[in-house]
Amino acid sequence: MVTDIKIPELGENIESAEVLSVLVQAGQKIEKDQPLIELETDKATAEVPSEASGTVKEVLVKAGQSVKVGETILRLESADDGGTSRRSESPRAAESARATEAPRNAEKLEAVEEERAAAKQTEDDNGSSSPAKAPAKPARAKRSPARAATPKPRPEPVPEPLRLVDTPSVDDDEDVAMPPELGEPAPAAPSVRRLARELGIDIQQVPAGRGGRITEDEVKSYARHLIAGAQEHAAPDLSLVRTGVPELPDFAPWGETEREHASKIRRVTADVMSLSWNVIPHVTQFDRADITEVESWRKRMHERTEGAKVTITAITVKVLAAALKVFPKFNSSYDARTEEVVYKKYVNIGVAVDTEHGLLVPVIHDVDTKNILTIATELTDLAGRARERKVQTDELQGSNINLSNLGGLGTTYFSPIVTWPHVAVIGLGRATQEPVHIDGTFTPRLILPLSISYDHRVIDGAEAARFLRWMAEAFEEPMQLALEG
Amino acid sequence: MSESSDVRLAVIGAGPGGYAAAFLAADFGLPVTLIGADENPGGVCLYRGCIPSKALLHIAKVIEESEAAKNWGVSFDKPRIDLDRVRAWKNDVVQRLVGGLGELAKRRQVEYVRGLARFEGARSLSVSFDNGNTERVDFTHAIIATGSSPAVIPGFDPDSPRVWDSTSALDVPEVPGRLLVIGGGYIGLELGSVYAALGSKVTVVEMLDSILPGVDGDLVRPLERKLTKSFAAIHVNTKVKEAFERDDGFEVAFDGAYAGTETFDRVLVAVGRRPLTKGLGLDAVRVAMSDRGFINVSRHRETTEPGIFAIGDVAGEPMLAHKATHEGRAAVETISGRHGMFEPRAIPAVIFTDPEIAWAGLTETEAKKTDRAVEVGRFPWAASGRAITLGRTEGVTKVIVDPGSKRVLGVGICGPGAGEMIAEAVLAIEMGATAQDLELTIHPHPTLSETIMEAAASIYGTATDIYRPRRG
Repeated sequence: MVTDIKIPELGENIESAEVLSVLVQAGQKIEKDQPLIELETDKATAEVPSEASGTVKEVLVKAGQSVKVGETILRLESADDGGTSRRSESPRAAESARATEAPRNAEKLEAVEEERAAAKQTEDDNGSSSPAKAPAKPARAKRSPARAATPKPRPEPVPEPLRLVDTPSVDDDEDVAMPPELGEPAPAAPSVRRLARELGIDIQQVPAGRGGRITEDEVKSYARHLIAGAQEHAAPDLSLVRTGVPELPDFAPWGETEREHASKIRRVTADVMSLSWNVIPHVTQFDRADITEVESWRKRMHERTEGAKVTITAITVKVLAAALKVFPKFNSSYDARTEEVVYKKYVNIGVAVDTEHGLLVPVIHDVDTKNILTIATELTDLAGRARERKVQTDELQGSNINLSNLGGLGTTYFSPIVTWPHVAVIGLGRATQEPVHIDGTFTPRLILPLSISYDHRVIDGAEAARFLRWMAEAFEEPMQLALEG
Repeated sequence: MSESSDVRLAVIGAGPGGYAAAFLAADFGLPVTLIGADENPGGVCLYRGCIPSKALLHIAKVIEESEAAKNWGVSFDKPRIDLDRVRAWKNDVVQRLVGGLGELAKRRQVEYVRGLARFEGARSLSVSFDNGNTERVDFTHAIIATGSSPAVIPGFDPDSPRVWDSTSALDVPEVPGRLLVIGGGYIGLELGSVYAALGSKVTVVEMLDSILPGVDGDLVRPLERKLTKSFAAIHVNTKVKEAFERDDGFEVAFDGAYAGTETFDRVLVAVGRRPLTKGLGLDAVRVAMSDRGFINVSRHRETTEPGIFAIGDVAGEPMLAHKATHEGRAAVETISGRHGMFEPRAIPAVIFTDPEIAWAGLTETEAKKTDRAVEVGRFPWAASGRAITLGRTEGVTKVIVDPGSKRVLGVGICGPGAGEMIAEAVLAIEMGATAQDLELTIHPHPTLSETIMEAAASIYGTATDIYRPRRG
């Protein structure tokens, strides 16, 4: 039996990836879970393991190629033949074929469009409709939602290959000859109703377009809408931010230039930053936190704890998590389409890590449930793996707010960019000893520069000032964390 | 996709449902066996229904028009009817069509088997031939398209040469002097019209309160007026009480609105058609049927026995060839893994009398029955230039729309050519067109099709050729 091995779900928002390397070749015998190819997704690399053991029949991708989730990467002549049922002998198989043939998702939408395009092509070529269209889709085993590389539990369930609606074709119990529908049939042409059926969409649910009619476009856009909704935060089409950007001028009159293809990380960073800068009206404010006491405590802890490196960053993550609880608006997103503020009931904080490949922002999930020691341990691990490009894609996703500590490089204040769809970002500079006037004398205190950039659509200046002050005071009076945070 | 080779389709019945399904399946690359009772595919529609009746009705129309021509200054002699040649022409029409179908089946490599099929189980059929032999046909999927047969009524022995059903009437064995048509439905009226034109004195008896029960009264009336003249009598609300076959004919006693006793040379029983499942061996499979003998099917036209489908007359009303054809499409698409579903917004119905009556979608009768609010735009043909040139001003065209959205829900037409014109209405309904879409679509002048545009315009009170200001 030949099995098609496909690109598995790679994590939320990840729809495509680049093939870094192909690890097997045709004719090679492979074991279940053996890595087949290595992928580079937006910010991480991942291996795709084999779903089954067998012999590689055909490899359909090559290094450097861009592949989509669900795309077949190779065909495997698998050892066992008993597993999946074939259609035909049993009419039940036919039935289940119909039931499963409604995968009804984004791929299907694309497939339908491609199929139509192909059919049109064939018709154009033949001058008539082709009889060779493949009939009878088999009852295939469901695509296994295999995870990339070493799977680890996620905080959220992986969205199953989705069904947009309960398939209306499950009417096997319906045992009456149905008269033609009267009443209020959907204002859609027969071809449009068929398209809806193919996509598994209830035509009655599709909002009508111009002239009160439902056209092919309305069905498709409704399908996309459902898919987007079902995928929670659908990956935005970031390439849009590149449209309308003028061509670079010719530099030749001024001297020699050299072009280098930007790395995937650079390209994604560029798109995300462009989008964020274009969409979010930024304001940046600054404050200072006296961390003299915290620093001496930190040093004491540092000596006591083994392995975990308690850093100012780890402490700030904890302070920030507490601040988000007190100021929930900073833990939100703005939905400009519906004009709603989306408050998040979970606290995931991204921490920027400078790597030789570029900026990576691994995410510490559910910070509010973790203590500083746990945060510190996770942070050390994540940052280390980020630098080795071993971090998983889902460990780079789902953050609500980011923290960027440039203190190690000596910076004081700066204005970081709020990553869309966040509403704020925190920047830390290098803490320095400064003379502070206390009780009539100047005393040396360790002062940490704090920066906050925020989305002015959601947050006002006074709120940001209060937020940052609260954070500063939490450093100065750590008990505030226990009291309010 | 290699799985397709595992599908083997058997289609039982070679009428417009069966042969169309078999041909489509072949076009999709499925191996198909088509089993029919006649020499060629065609079924009742081609051999004993739609086609021969239309050939004869065309003759009737020519006879009537030549008669009407005297009003326009053109007179013909009384027509001489050579019944053998009438029959030969009709048979020639049929042979051309069924022969063509046989040829198409061959070219598509559809295996056509002439015989009677019987289910041996959910995966096999035995087909018996005229010579007593039988053959086994195995299948993975089957489509039952066995159609229907004329209903019989007690008191009229179907074996008597004086008792006709639609099949025997279409053979035109003779032109009886006095013909009683039992049943005022479309079959009785179409065949009654043929024989009236050929010279028979035709009496129609209908149990219900109108001919063409269920059809909107305003569409029936012009036909009724015409038939009242060309037929000897139309008795509604009347039943046949008793009938005795005597040497000189059938003595029939009526009961109800008309209670006389008359003698007829021939009696045409046209009281409807019954789904044909006898001898199919359905007890060998889990195919469930309704009380009225129709096979229960899903929207894919699948029966309660998975893998076995049913289409056409045997799968329920309306018993119309074009419905069967489209059901066959849904079934074959489903079997071949496509997304077939039978979900028409409108199934057109045409009565090929003269004038013709055609309708599609919602009727006013149905709207009333279901308390559905509708708005009706009506255009009398007396205001149509084309109708006047044809001397046919009795017709009417109406467009039934939703009062709010003005979406076209139904269209009804009475008049010559109604059957051709109704196709536009079906498209309008399927496309979700509004009355304004019909109004704003340029229709050729002078044609009867303009009456659809004008009926739609009258919804807005702006029909050019009638003045009917909008209320309110």
